[in-house]
Amino acid sequence: MKNFLKIIMVFSVLLLGVADSHAQMIQVKGSDTLINLVQKLAEEYMMKNPGKNIAVTGGGSGTGVAALLNNKCDIANASREMSLKEYEQASDRGITPVTIVVALDGLSIIVNPDNSVEELTKDQVAKIFRGEIRNWSEVGGKDMPVNLYGRQSNSGTYEFMKTAVLKGDFSGKMSRMNGNAQIVAAVQADESGIGYVGVGYVKDSTGIKVLNIALKEGGEYASPLDKIKVDTGIYPLSRPLYQFVNGNPQGDVKEFIAFELSPEGQRIVEEEGFFSIPQEYVGLNKKAGL
Amino acid sequence: MIHKFREKLIQIFFFLNGLSVILILGGIFFLLLRYTWPAFKEIQMAEFLFGKFWDPTAYVKPAYGILAMLMSTFMVTVGALTIAVPLGIGTAAYLSDVASPKVREIAKPVVEILAGIPSVVIGFLGIVLVGPVIAKLTGTTNGLNAINGAILLSVMSLPTIISLSEDALTNVPKSFQEASLALGGSQWQTLILVKIPAASSGIVAACMLGMGRAIGETMTVLMATGNAPAMPSKLTDPIMTMTSTIAIELGEVPYYTTHFYGLFAIGLVLFIITFIINMVSDIILHRYERQTRY
Repeated sequence: MKNFLKIIMVFSVLLLGVADSHAQMIQVKGSDTLINLVQKLAEEYMMKNPGKNIAVTGGGSGTGVAALLNNKCDIANASREMSLKEYEQASDRGITPVTIVVALDGLSIIVNPDNSVEELTKDQVAKIFRGEIRNWSEVGGKDMPVNLYGRQSNSGTYEFMKTAVLKGDFSGKMSRMNGNAQIVAAVQADESGIGYVGVGYVKDSTGIKVLNIALKEGGEYASPLDKIKVDTGIYPLSRPLYQFVNGNPQGDVKEFIAFELSPEGQRIVEEEGFFSIPQEYVGLNKKAGL
Repeated sequence: MIHKFREKLIQIFFFLNGLSVILILGGIFFLLLRYTWPAFKEIQMAEFLFGKFWDPTAYVKPAYGILAMLMSTFMVTVGALTIAVPLGIGTAAYLSDVASPKVREIAKPVVEILAGIPSVVIGFLGIVLVGPVIAKLTGTTNGLNAINGAILLSVMSLPTIISLSEDALTNVPKSFQEASLALGGSQWQTLILVKIPAASSGIVAACMLGMGRAIGETMTVLMATGNAPAMPSKLTDPIMTMTSTIAIELGEVPYYTTHFYGLFAIGLVLFIITFIINMVSDIILHRYERQTRY
């Protein structure tokens, strides 16, 4: 009985605690590509500023943007821009999305180390994921079928691949995995597999091989791990990673985003395997008052 | 006087309780219909039912066919039943006729605990345990496929099948068994030729309820079947069931669009399928109750 009472007490304290801190808790939600990075940023920020609370959750870019539109989060992480439809919905609901770029990603195409293929053109990548190239021998590899691993349709990376790379639809045979980490695990186990993940997921991963990609045949094949090539766009799958907020950020939210964009925040970005914001996006962030 | 009034009040109270369940069911059905209706302003019924592909966010032209996911759901369900039905009936027969009372006292609760394992845990086991084993055995590169889903779903429908079949076997009148034994039948003959046929409608109903469980299960198949929306052609293909499609897409779909209503249409199809299964098993169960009365 005593124990029971104790448990009740602990629970009520927990509940009260949650209810109490909820008022100042910053909710960040969205992209699976960004989740580890933003979690790390939030941890460092909370260590420096005791008393501040930030909760970072995933679910995919689509989920994050939907949460922002439903007023269920303060910051939406996204690995893609907001769609026209989402902007329409936002204005219907009286929400003014403001765009901030927090990092640069070199979207990485990964295969199993036993695969002899080292490099592909952007067009070959598109054909593979559209299901038009079905055997590795067609791109200079062994004679084995290509197994595709991608993300679900709520993923910003899925959307980015579809509109910027494939310019068409994914093959129906692609396995829709839950997150970047699951794609890495699948490719590690599958000699004939190919997948796409944010560069932050390949830095410390063993058992996968990152392909060099060229914009066109005869062009320069570049690695997404090479900052200069990603910065200058020679690596053809580089893309900015976004955060969306409702109106120009204020108060705690502004302070946290300022930390993300500060030299210290950007150092963490690089440590996590992504790249710091290139000059061209600094102006965009200034417009948001940062 | 007051006593009578109180009696009446209690009667009304229980009547309302009974009514609420029916109202909730009716409400869900009505809501599904209401949200499904607008979908067919833009989707052709024929395309919905006989179209192979489901890709509402397609780059070129959205596709709203449910055939591939119907097939996927069908594959895992039938697969699950092929494993769970023999195993479940066997276990039920063991529990009711062979096991000593002591064993039964332990085994029955254990079976019921199996029903309480959260589906996400079973899905996790599918990824880390069943998947690699299947990959090795079938020589494929990835174990996230229809077989994996079927195995996991069989585990999940086993408790239903075992515990209801066991009830059916236990409820076979003692006189049947005694008559068989008196005629010189062995225990095995009595079980196979007398008891199981006598309990057959109860057992069939148990299997159908297990099937309903398998069809509606979401988290496990979402995690363990690979989720490829193409039409599956063999058991080692990754599949995407109706439940997974709804679960994956409802989180991010813009509200009140054709895609949104389309997901409700899938939900309605699922509802109708499980409704029919439950109704048929109920009818069978009633027949069985009438049979065993004498």
